Amino acid sequence: MVQAEGVQFQYSSDGPRMTFPDFACASGDRLLLLGQSGTGKTTLLHLLAGMLRTDKGTIQVAGRDLKTSSDRELDAWRGQELGIVFQRAHFVQSLTVEENLALPHQLTQGRVPHDMLDRMALMLDRLGLSHRAHALPRELSVGEQQRASIARALLHRPKVVFADEPTSALDDQNAQTVMDILDREAAEATLVVVTHDQRLKDRYAQCVTLQPHGS
Amino acid sequence: MKLGLLRQALKNLRSKPLQTALSLNLLGFGVGMVSLMLVTEQQVNDAFERNIKDIDLVLGAKGSPLQLILANVYHIDAPTGNINQREAEKVLKHPYIDSGIPLAYGDNHEGYRIVGTEHSYVEHYGGTLADGALWQAPFEVTAGARVAEDLDLHIGDTFYSAHGLKDQTDIHTNKTFTVVGILEPNGSVLDQLLLTPMESIWYVHLDDGETLDPETREITAMLLKKRNPLAVLTIPNALRETNMQVALPAIEVNRMTQQFGLGTAALRAIALFIMALSFASIFISVLDNVRTRRHELALMRTMGGTPSTLYRLLLIEGGLLCASGTVLGLCLSRVGMGVLGHFVDGQFHYDVYNASMLGSEWALAGGAVLVGLLASAIPARRALKLDISRILSEA
Repeated sequence: MVQAEGVQFQYSSDGPRMTFPDFACASGDRLLLLGQSGTGKTTLLHLLAGMLRTDKGTIQVAGRDLKTSSDRELDAWRGQELGIVFQRAHFVQSLTVEENLALPHQLTQGRVPHDMLDRMALMLDRLGLSHRAHALPRELSVGEQQRASIARALLHRPKVVFADEPTSALDDQNAQTVMDILDREAAEATLVVVTHDQRLKDRYAQCVTLQPHGS
Repeated sequence: MKLGLLRQALKNLRSKPLQTALSLNLLGFGVGMVSLMLVTEQQVNDAFERNIKDIDLVLGAKGSPLQLILANVYHIDAPTGNINQREAEKVLKHPYIDSGIPLAYGDNHEGYRIVGTEHSYVEHYGGTLADGALWQAPFEVTAGARVAEDLDLHIGDTFYSAHGLKDQTDIHTNKTFTVVGILEPNGSVLDQLLLTPMESIWYVHLDDGETLDPETREITAMLLKKRNPLAVLTIPNALRETNMQVALPAIEVNRMTQQFGLGTAALRAIALFIMALSFASIFISVLDNVRTRRHELALMRTMGGTPSTLYRLLLIEGGLLCASGTVLGLCLSRVGMGVLGHFVDGQFHYDVYNASMLGSEWALAGGAVLVGLLASAIPARRALKLDISRILSEA
C-alpha cells in the first residue's frame, strides 16, 4: 500500500542530498517513521503525499506510482485516497469546522453527499466536537483544532493516512488520546506516522528510523 | 450542505469586512459618479433636444442671448424683457422667415408659468388633449399634464394668477382663469405650462375700464422658423437699431453644453481616477489574499483542489467585488439622480429622473467588471504556482 525504494531528494542543486531508507507498509498496517530534527521527516511525508517529486527512486502509494502521475492526477488522488494530518492544524479560516471537514468532498466531487454529512455528525460526536461544528477554526482550542484536523483527514474514508508530528505539542495524556483517536478512526486505512516523538517508538510493530540527511 | 466556490468566495470576502468594504465603496463611488454623469448628460441633452426642435431663431428683448433661449424655449430663466408686438410682427413678415409663435408671459400660478400664445405653439410640440379643449377666449386655460397633476387641476377649475414667475405675493384677484383643457404628457415644455390666449396676459394687467392700445401691446418673445438659411445673418443686422435681438438656440445651447462639458470632463476624470484606485485596491486585495491565505490555498491543494480551482476561487472573489461594486455604483447613481431630479423638478419643473439603464451604462458596468476581473486575474496567477510543500512546512 505504501512502498518506497531508493528515494533521494535534493531541494536545490547546492543543497544536501537526502537519501531515505526503503520501506513498505501493507494495506491496513501501521508504520512509524521516526527521526530527529534534520532527518527530513516532513520532506519524506511530502514525497509520499506527492507534494514533492523524488529525484531518484520510486514511491508507490495506494497502488499509484507517484513518479509517473501528473500534477493534476496527484491533486485529485490526494483528495480522494489520502488523508493528511499536518503538524500544524491548517484550516480555511472563513469556513466553519463542519465546512472545513466537507471541503475534500467538495473539491474532488463538487458536492457533499448526505451520507457524508451523517458520517461527519457521528465523527464530530465521537471526537467531542459536536458543539463546535458551526464554530470558526480560530474559535477552537489547540486540542480541538488537532481533533478537527484528524476528523477532516479521515472523513472521506481515505485508503492511506499520513500524520505529521501529531503529538509533538501535546502532553502525555493528550498525546495518548490523539493517537488512540487516529488508530480508532483510521482502523480501515493504512496509517503512516512521521514523528520525532520517542513516546511513540514502541506503539507500532513497524518502525523505520531516519538518519540525519538520510545518510 | 452547499459549499461551492461561489459560497466560499463570499465567505472569504465577508471574513475581511474592512478590506472588502474599501474596495466595494471605491468602485461603487467611481462607477456611481461616471454613471450619474452619463445619465444626467443624456437627460439634459434629451430635454434640450426635445424643446429646441424646428426653432431656428428666438426674437426677444436685447440682453443675454442665452438667457433669451433659456427663458423662452425652456422656461427656466427670467425673460430679457418685452418687445413691441407690432415690431415683432414686422420681423415675422421678413421674406427669410417662414413662421413664428408669439409668447407673452410674466405671471404664474403656484410657480407654474402662465404663457399667452397661439394654438400653433401646441401644434409645434405635438401636444394632444387628454381632456377638454384648447383655449378659445381670454382667461381660458389649457394646462400642461405636469401642472395639472401637480396642482390637481380639472376642467372647470378656476384660479388667480400671481405677478412674477414664482412669487405668490402679488395676486391678480381681479381676473379669474378657468381650466378648459388638459394636455397629454409629451415630454416637452408644454407639460409644465399653463397656456392661454395672449389677451389674458394683457388684460390681467389692466385696471377696470382701462383699454389697451394695439400699438403698444407687448410680447415677451417670438419663436421663429426660417425659410432661408441667410436669415441667421440678415435678421440680426436688421435689428441692430431696435431694442430687439434674435438668438440662435442651437448655437447658444451648444455654447452652454461646452461650458458644462469642461466641468463634467473634470468630474469624469476624478471619477475615473477613483475607479482606477478601486481596481488597484482589488488588485492589492487579491494579491494580499494569495500571500496571507497561502496556507489555506496550499491546504486546499492537499485536499483535492487543483491550481485552477484556487485560481477560479480568487477570480470569483475579485469578480464578486467588481460586480457588487458596480451594482452599488449604479444604485448610488440612481439615488444621486433622485436627489438631482428632485432639485431640478423643484427649481425648473423638469423631470430628469430616469431609472432605466442607458446603453453607455451597460458598457460602463461591463467594462468595470472586465477590468476588475483583469485586476484579480493577474495576482491570482500566483495561486497556479504555489509551492505547497514549502508553504505547509512553514512554522
